[in-house]
Amino acid sequence: MKTLIELHDLTLRRANQKVLSIPSLSIYEGEVLAVVGPNGAGKSTFLLTLAGLLSPIGGWMTFAGRQLEQWKDLEYRRQVALVLQEPLLFDRSVLDNLLVGLRFRKLPRPQAVERAMDWLNRFGVAHLAHRPARSLSGGEAQRVSLARAFVLAPRLLLLDEPFAALDPPTRTELYQELSVILRQNHQTSVFVTHHLREAAFLGDRIAVFSEATLKQVGTLDQICHHPADAAVAEFVRHISVEGFS
Amino acid sequence: MFNPEVFQITLLSLQISGLATLLSLLIGLPFGTLLALSNFRGRSLLLSLVNTGMGLPPVVVGLFVAMLLWRSGPLGMLNLIYTPTAIVIAQVIIAAPVVSGLTTAALQSLDPRYRLQLLGLGASRWQMIWELWREARLPLLAALMAGFGAVISEIGASMMVGGNIRFQTRVLTTAIVLETGKGNFGMASGLAILLLVITFLINWMLTHLQQKGVRV
Repeated sequence: MKTLIELHDLTLRRANQKVLSIPSLSIYEGEVLAVVGPNGAGKSTFLLTLAGLLSPIGGWMTFAGRQLEQWKDLEYRRQVALVLQEPLLFDRSVLDNLLVGLRFRKLPRPQAVERAMDWLNRFGVAHLAHRPARSLSGGEAQRVSLARAFVLAPRLLLLDEPFAALDPPTRTELYQELSVILRQNHQTSVFVTHHLREAAFLGDRIAVFSEATLKQVGTLDQICHHPADAAVAEFVRHISVEGFS
Repeated sequence: MFNPEVFQITLLSLQISGLATLLSLLIGLPFGTLLALSNFRGRSLLLSLVNTGMGLPPVVVGLFVAMLLWRSGPLGMLNLIYTPTAIVIAQVIIAAPVVSGLTTAALQSLDPRYRLQLLGLGASRWQMIWELWREARLPLLAALMAGFGAVISEIGASMMVGGNIRFQTRVLTTAIVLETGKGNFGMASGLAILLLVITFLINWMLTHLQQKGVRV
């Protein structure tokens, strides 16, 4: 498999405190990497670093074979799309929400509308295209938020607990739909979640963070049966006690 | 009955206050945005100054602008005292802090994660700012209305730096004061009603623009 991202000895500090440390990690093209870990483990910091919104102070990172420093900030950020926990839709129509990112990239409107409608359709919300985005339910809004990221055809999709605010049935329905779309598109993605079940279902591999450090990357089986250290073992035990939620 | 002098006074009032509002917007919108979105040394002090400026008494502004533009003042060589330009300058000083302060408040009231989301969708810095302005358009239009309201209704500065010269610097508010002083209450009331109607019509248009598409 071709490597899209490579990280080595990557560190981030804030107010003289380590907020992220990644000894070594490769993310492959078409792969879905699920990221799990307790609160404050550095998962979101990792995602924002991959989004080009935080700058590491040590180590190195390559994207598509080029060192991060060789990418212009905007050029790099346009290879990536970010979906946050809250849908954060803009106060305009659903369709206009999807057009925002395409307008940033100066795509002609007819082409942009066609692409946007296609993605709204894939997420089953095309009938809402002309509705004000703020009038949608939580599930609909998150579908639109996902479509808004997919429509950009990013080389790397970053998802920061996109289903956390949804009720359990909608959540299950959505991550199953997302799984199909991710596979169909061979979309390279990094998916942050608190739920090991989602991580196992969506991720080709699982990365476990603890104490702002990437502790282990592997399959569910490897992580559960061969935890890299006590912190990973404790996290897995805690999750198992909670019922593999 | 059509009165050419009243028409001229009304037109001049609209020109002066319209231009002052536009200039205040050109200054206040970027400055308020800078204060809302950036973190730099002295930001807190600047914000306090802007907030103080929002309540600047027009007579105080008039006094300082008059001192600056007075024949013997530091900018006296520009010969601007008792001209419409002098009134515009004073009105910009009155309205720019209002627009700046309300712009800062409008942008700070947005969820800060919108910035993250826009950058995460590939926005350049300017594209992000433009989208944030769009998102905060309701309070930003309110800032514009407040700026216009502050200058169309002020009298102290216009009187002091404009001099209320007939056919040159007389605006609606200074004309109302003059007519009241002469005991012409009929004329003063007529001008006052005209001022109210004009202010209402302009705010009605801006409110219509602001509320377009708003769901209640």
